[in-house]
Amino acid sequence: MSDITLDTAAAKVPKAAPRTPPASQIGLPAWLRANLFSSWINTAVTLVVAYFLVRWAIGFVEWGIVNAVWSVPDNQTQACRDLRGIGACWAVITEKHRFILFGTYPYEEHWRPALCVLLFVGLYIVSAMRRFWRKELALVWIGVLTLIGVLMWGGVAGLTYVPQERWGGLVITLILATFGLAFAFPLAIVVALGRRSSLPAIKALCVLYVELIRGVPLISLLFMASVMFPLFLPEGMNIDKLLRAQLAIILFAGAYLAEVVRGGLQSLSKGQYEAADALGLSYWQKTGFIILPQALRMVIPPLVNTFIGFFKDTSLVLIIGIFDLLTAGKTAIIEPAWQGFGIEVYLTVGAIYFVFCFAMSKYSQGLEAELNRHRAR
Amino acid sequence: MSETLEHVASRARTDAPPAILLDKVNKWFGALHVLRDVSLNVALGERVVICGPSGSGKSTTIRCINRLETHQEGRIVVNGIELSDDVKALDDIRREVGMVFQSFNLFPHLTILENCTLAPIWVRRMPKKQAEELAMEYLARVRIPEQAKKYPGQLSGGQQQRVAIARALCMKPKIMLFDEPTSALDPEMIKEVLDTMVSLAEDGMTMICVTHEMGFARTVADRVVFMDRGEIVEMGTPTQVFENPQTERLQLFLSQILRGH
Repeated sequence: MSDITLDTAAAKVPKAAPRTPPASQIGLPAWLRANLFSSWINTAVTLVVAYFLVRWAIGFVEWGIVNAVWSVPDNQTQACRDLRGIGACWAVITEKHRFILFGTYPYEEHWRPALCVLLFVGLYIVSAMRRFWRKELALVWIGVLTLIGVLMWGGVAGLTYVPQERWGGLVITLILATFGLAFAFPLAIVVALGRRSSLPAIKALCVLYVELIRGVPLISLLFMASVMFPLFLPEGMNIDKLLRAQLAIILFAGAYLAEVVRGGLQSLSKGQYEAADALGLSYWQKTGFIILPQALRMVIPPLVNTFIGFFKDTSLVLIIGIFDLLTAGKTAIIEPAWQGFGIEVYLTVGAIYFVFCFAMSKYSQGLEAELNRHRAR
Repeated sequence: MSETLEHVASRARTDAPPAILLDKVNKWFGALHVLRDVSLNVALGERVVICGPSGSGKSTTIRCINRLETHQEGRIVVNGIELSDDVKALDDIRREVGMVFQSFNLFPHLTILENCTLAPIWVRRMPKKQAEELAMEYLARVRIPEQAKKYPGQLSGGQQQRVAIARALCMKPKIMLFDEPTSALDPEMIKEVLDTMVSLAEDGMTMICVTHEMGFARTVADRVVFMDRGEIVEMGTPTQVFENPQTERLQLFLSQILRGH
């Protein structure tokens, strides 16, 4: 048809046999030359940076592994103190890791929060796999989150009751982050759609919500949830402190995520809306099949950015006395025998945060590539 | 060929009720008066081409027919249903009116096949398998069945526009609206889209087409409408309008079009 082909032209041109690029242009040597040693300045920079990197790495290995103390008997930390600055005292982690992970949860019941952490991780992994993206996944979430609640509280099925005040450590961080984002994300989508609604009341309500929540720091919201909110409740009625903090985080994250989602909605061309309208799709069909799938794909990077931010921001609950991972780590070294081993504890806590955040980041990169395949030519 | 078309169309005009009726339609964008007393009757099976300089209100006119734009005065009746704020009536109209846009507006995240089956499945409540068969039938008709599994971004402009036509046809509309369907295409792709539209016209589809393709208008149109500054200036058979323009505005427009080609 009208597709232009160059067959006739190509026939007249002698065909050159395809060759591989010259050997000097491919492989490791070429890469090194192009990226690290392309000029004398680059070569100098490369060498200086490499020198400091190697020195720092050697120092870290000596401190962290070679000279480190891995355990001490009966809180006798003298061996560690003798090595201050020369070797790490990982004994503090060996000794306190259960406290850092599980806080003041009763010692003999630690298997319960441990199981909860595994359940959370399992839930993340299952949810990350696209072949499980079906309606049933929502039921799995409800089931697992309920099970986690039962395990943590106990009081049923032969489990002893553990009041919320005794929960702590990693499991608190995961609870706050998971419940927080699981509720904040749908809330954010509704608010973002509401902000673009043609109904003035709905639009005003959504704008008010976003601007009010965004206008105050998370810390003040947590304070309000912890101190002011109970004042408004009727006498004798009390809502769990963790739940109040959780609500504050959901509201806060919801406002931020709503703006991210709205950014995605703005980026779609008017033609997409019109094409869906012209085909007779209803508002919800248009939103569900055409608008949101495209808008959300577009905003995966800022969404994950916000997710990661809120995962770490859950540590702010320490100001209202909830023992999350960071607070538990900090509390673990209050005991006189272990005072002064902050570096080791914070490195460990930091590593745990990093694992979760890095996993999120890596996963989102893969997801982005996969979901945006249609943009590849 | 145009002779027989003329014949079929004139017969259709007398027997059938009007598919589209515009009666003194007025529209403003803010203070700008973009449609001025536009009145137009389109019979079932009739093919109307609207032409005119840019900003003359051609696109706005056809976008009012399926209410992508709302008119502020006058009546629009499509397929016997009056356009109003009644949502139900609007749904009924959009179901019967297919539209093809200048910029294709395919859904980039869905495959060609999914683009075509989405509305039949969800609006017409057609079983998926049946919808897919129907889609393949229409994709074959616009001569690109082999692209069904691809995404719109992998197709050329001409192919995308043909998919857009197939997508609209999958809803089995009674009326098709074309809003400058070839204006965004490279010259070598215009013909493939026009061919598809001609074949559609030969099947007796009621069509309103905003276009500058005068060749297409001559072969296919029963009637050519010339608009300028928001009003219908002249209207008649292609021969009347192109060979014997009555007004200065149309003469000027035609001379510019001819110079451009």
